[in-house]
Amino acid sequence: MSAFAAFVRKETYHILRDRQTLWILLLMPLVQVLLFGYAVRTDVHDIRLAIVDPTPNVASRALVQRFASSSRFQVVGVYPTTESLDRGFREGVLRQAVVLPRNVDRALLGPGPISIQVISDAADPNTGSIMQAYAGAVIQRWHAESAPPVALGVRIDLTTRMRYNPTLESVNIFVPGLIALVLTIVSAMMTAISITREKETGTMEMLLVSPLRPSAIVVGKVAPYVVMGFLNVLLVLGAARVVFHIPLRGSLTLLLAECLLYILTSLGLGIVISSRARTQRTAMIAALAGLLLPTLMLSGFIFPLDSLPLPLRVISDIVPARWFLAIVRGVMVKGAGLASLWPETVILMGLTVLLLTIGAKRLSVRLD
Amino acid sequence: MSDISIDARGLTRRFGDFTAVDAITFEVNEGEVFGFLGANGAGKTTAIRMLIGLLEPTAGSAMVAGHDVATEPEAVRRHIGYMSQRFSLYDDLTVRENITLYGGIYGLRDSEIAERMHTLLGRIGLEHARNELVRKIPLGWKQQLAFSVALLHGPRVVFLDEPTSGVDPITRRRFWEMIYEAAAAGTTILVTTHYLDEAEYCDRISIMVDGAIAAMGTPAAVKASFSVSSLDEVFLRLTRSGVVA
Repeated sequence: MSAFAAFVRKETYHILRDRQTLWILLLMPLVQVLLFGYAVRTDVHDIRLAIVDPTPNVASRALVQRFASSSRFQVVGVYPTTESLDRGFREGVLRQAVVLPRNVDRALLGPGPISIQVISDAADPNTGSIMQAYAGAVIQRWHAESAPPVALGVRIDLTTRMRYNPTLESVNIFVPGLIALVLTIVSAMMTAISITREKETGTMEMLLVSPLRPSAIVVGKVAPYVVMGFLNVLLVLGAARVVFHIPLRGSLTLLLAECLLYILTSLGLGIVISSRARTQRTAMIAALAGLLLPTLMLSGFIFPLDSLPLPLRVISDIVPARWFLAIVRGVMVKGAGLASLWPETVILMGLTVLLLTIGAKRLSVRLD
Repeated sequence: MSDISIDARGLTRRFGDFTAVDAITFEVNEGEVFGFLGANGAGKTTAIRMLIGLLEPTAGSAMVAGHDVATEPEAVRRHIGYMSQRFSLYDDLTVRENITLYGGIYGLRDSEIAERMHTLLGRIGLEHARNELVRKIPLGWKQQLAFSVALLHGPRVVFLDEPTSGVDPITRRRFWEMIYEAAAAGTTILVTTHYLDEAEYCDRISIMVDGAIAAMGTPAAVKASFSVSSLDEVFLRLTRSGVVA
């Protein structure tokens, strides 16, 4: 058996024998897909809505009906006055209220403007504006149906369409980020830990004194994690597909190839960390603080890149996850091909080569 | 091919302002058991690390097993064995898997590995535990196993860095028997220790003080040159004068 094969086999034993870690590595991606898919959503459901209607009539009942039949809203009650609203908002019984004028049915037939007030709980500003938009859309559709066409005057009928993600499902946006997150943990953190473990226990010295070349040691150590990382990508994609019916509009081959590239990037990060860290603890903390946070914060995963201040945006350019995310979103959600994604791919390749070179060089310099 | 296995000339290592090893020069003959003595921090480990290519010397040169450490590191690595003061087998692999791994790394054929494993385990009486995880076998046995593994590929020179620290007297004794056996078969052994009774077992010793070699020769000659009766006294004198200087 060749020296390299013997080495890779040993590394595989390490992974397979540490059952606890293995289970965590395999289950974590699934748990995260479910978590992000179900819990951490930015789209809003079941908005508790109150409607204030001083003079109930056919037209206003039609509006209440519209709200009630939408899965976005849950109509808490229809009240004659605005009296109870303040308390409802304060106690959290209400999240939104629509206040109709008197005799809205007559106003619909008249020439004058109709003023309807929409009040939203904007303690969370994002949710607030999303709720506002939902309510606006419902009211607009109701108006278009209930008001007779006006012969005179201009009526603008605005039709909007959200491309690529028409129902604004946030899970579509989270899955690419999740792949980046999982790969950062599995590939980068686990390689960093497994290399520093050998430094800590002294076995690394035995390896460096052996005829194995330093490059063979590095490749042998990371090879099993390429397999693990790829397995994780398939798990996340599979779960997202089966549970949340996430679309894959582009080519699967391209997607998997890009994932493989990002696995190598993560391994590069892991090697660089392990070349500096002396202990497994340091390696883990460095991976969490130095990799996980930027992957979450500066990649566009949680905060849109456009809303970052300029200095952070510049930093985000060297965060590999930022480019990977753009690629995966492009392929999965927009169905983009290499023809439009090549700049990101080239940048990611460049970063990968850079990281692997720095890492291998640093690590192969004898340890002291 | 000379019969000098280790030839160090003015080997020096500085870390910033601190000189860990100060121009040491010595030779070790083939089949010799050479003891490297010194207090903790005297520079023994740093010297060994330069000889096996884990650390680059600041100045000086060294030939090990007929090859220059600086220019032919790979040839050197093929012919040396090394056992560090830290335990250096994999805890989560079995005895057999550890042996197979090192055999594989040194390019032994499967049949050779099987054959040597059989002899090795028979010699240290560990045949029954071949499929046990290394983590589960007693420390004394682990040390003997680590030494046997360092010898597996038939190296010409073996470096042992405090191999007997923390093991019981009986195991230490058995360990030295193994060292003699290897030396009798022509393997050169360089061993560091701070047990002075062990130094008496060596063919020749060198005592390092503050990075330099303060005394060298057979244990008897070293004692004679200080006109004392035990290595303990030699050691005390050297370290005390070292503090004064």
